[in-house]
Amino acid sequence: MNDYSITILTFIAIQAIVACGLNVIVGYAGQISLGHAAFFGIGAYASALLTTKGGLTFWTALPLVILLTGAIGLVLGMPSLRLREDFLAVTTIGINFIVESVFLYVPFFGGALGLGGIPSITLLGTRLRGPNFLYLCLVFLAAVLFISRRFTRSWGGLACFALREEETAASSMGVSPIRFKLLAFVLGTAMAGLGGALYAHLMRFISATDFGFTLSVSMMSMVVLGGIGTLWGPVLGALILGVLPEVFRPLIDYRMLLNAAILLLMIRFQPAGLLGEGSLLRRLFRRPGRDSAHE
Amino acid sequence: MQLFFEQLLNGVAMGAIYSLITLGLALVYGVMRILHVAHAAVYTAGAYVGLYVFTMTGSLLLAVPAAMAACALLGTAIERLIYTPLLKYPPFVPLIGSIAVFLALEEIFRLVGGPYILSFPAEFPFPGITVRGVVISPAIISIYAVSAAVLLLLWFVVTKTELGLAMRATSQDREIAGAMGINSSFTISMTFVLGSAVAAVAGILVGIYFNQVYPTMGAVPAYKCLALIVVGGLGSLPGAVLASLLLGVGETLLIGYANIPLPRDSLAFIAMIAVLLWRPQGLLGNR
Repeated sequence: MNDYSITILTFIAIQAIVACGLNVIVGYAGQISLGHAAFFGIGAYASALLTTKGGLTFWTALPLVILLTGAIGLVLGMPSLRLREDFLAVTTIGINFIVESVFLYVPFFGGALGLGGIPSITLLGTRLRGPNFLYLCLVFLAAVLFISRRFTRSWGGLACFALREEETAASSMGVSPIRFKLLAFVLGTAMAGLGGALYAHLMRFISATDFGFTLSVSMMSMVVLGGIGTLWGPVLGALILGVLPEVFRPLIDYRMLLNAAILLLMIRFQPAGLLGEGSLLRRLFRRPGRDSAHE
Repeated sequence: MQLFFEQLLNGVAMGAIYSLITLGLALVYGVMRILHVAHAAVYTAGAYVGLYVFTMTGSLLLAVPAAMAACALLGTAIERLIYTPLLKYPPFVPLIGSIAVFLALEEIFRLVGGPYILSFPAEFPFPGITVRGVVISPAIISIYAVSAAVLLLLWFVVTKTELGLAMRATSQDREIAGAMGINSSFTISMTFVLGSAVAAVAGILVGIYFNQVYPTMGAVPAYKCLALIVVGGLGSLPGAVLASLLLGVGETLLIGYANIPLPRDSLAFIAMIAVLLWRPQGLLGNR
């Protein structure tokens, strides 16, 4: 593999990590978030600032970054998650716009010039680059997938499923809606923070426009395309949406249109996504008699 | 003082334009409970069709109805082809569908109309007024006159006509309204016709006021006006107008007089979050 495809794959792995985080919020807890890029950005800026101005290494900064992003998720989620669904969608869009403009206009965050000079990651004395950086991202992706899977089997995850399906019934059974929605929100935003930290040290230069609302929409597209609430859906979605622009490079002028059209067709005809319940792929590859008990 | 009044007039004009766009969103949210992000693409389409017909014929009197008709068609097409089939899913499904339609249409505008800013060289057949040194341009006068007329017309349709009654009934409870003999799918389509035609008017007004028509002119209104319907109280029409006027004036005066470090467009969202914390049902909403 050449450097170019390794870079593309590294981006895809990072986006998959962030999309998995979004999937916890949207897929598992059923809470719409259209501001996920804001938390991706918070992670990136936190790691960049801690390593450049704070003098920490990537490894010592990382736990702080994840905690910080999760904490900001907690603070922003607390008032937002009490709102009705539609309010939440608009509020998260608002959070994205506000966070982006804070990065862009506050001199501490580098303003319009962005933040540069972010050190690369070193492990056991060697600088990670190229394929090694990709392996690191894949290890983190595996960890995120493992945590997601553990979450779906945990009490918190089951509570989230119950709330997603029928909030009134679940809360009458003693499942606190706000508590478990917040749990999912914090977990999801912390994953975005991890992705952000990796992104900052891969790019070594970040600016506010990297974390705009458009990115939140493409994160959402990845989750929708792959399958909302499935374990591997976000990874598949990130892979497809990451590879497609490369395949259709000759059609670069139509790229955005193509992305929008894919999202539209998917949501219109296959809202469960490629790997979701009752999707074409599932029906095609189902072993006879196995999944039928669910339907 | 002169400058202050001119700023105020500009602010109210911006607010009036916001309210024309936001009303469509509030109407749609009322009958369908969908956040119609693609409404801003309908508004952009209005500006483009208006400009096209204006360049062809040189007449605003032809351009406005043509744009209204085209947008009414586009709006109902979005409703029929995308929203109605998605109503049975959780609300974020049609919302994502709406965002996808918005992005796709924006790209189509760019591919068809070109990525550059087109000018809208319309002249109004009457002069501006100067009151005690405060200059009121013909564009501002037309924005005031047209918005007032449209708001009155909408108020009349919604409160005094049978269609308005059907719209209010459908927004209260679609199924019961259906059981009472209201053709709710027709009512919803008519709501889109109405909202989209008003958006076309807003698109043309903005195009002339700023002398600019460009593919992404809907990007800011798309989300800002969502914040406005939330501030106003989801589905509340007077609330939508009030929130729009407050934002138009607030934005213009704050930018002119206070040295705030944040960009104009994030104000709407900060105001929205503040209002939601203080009054979660919105300014004029009821639970």
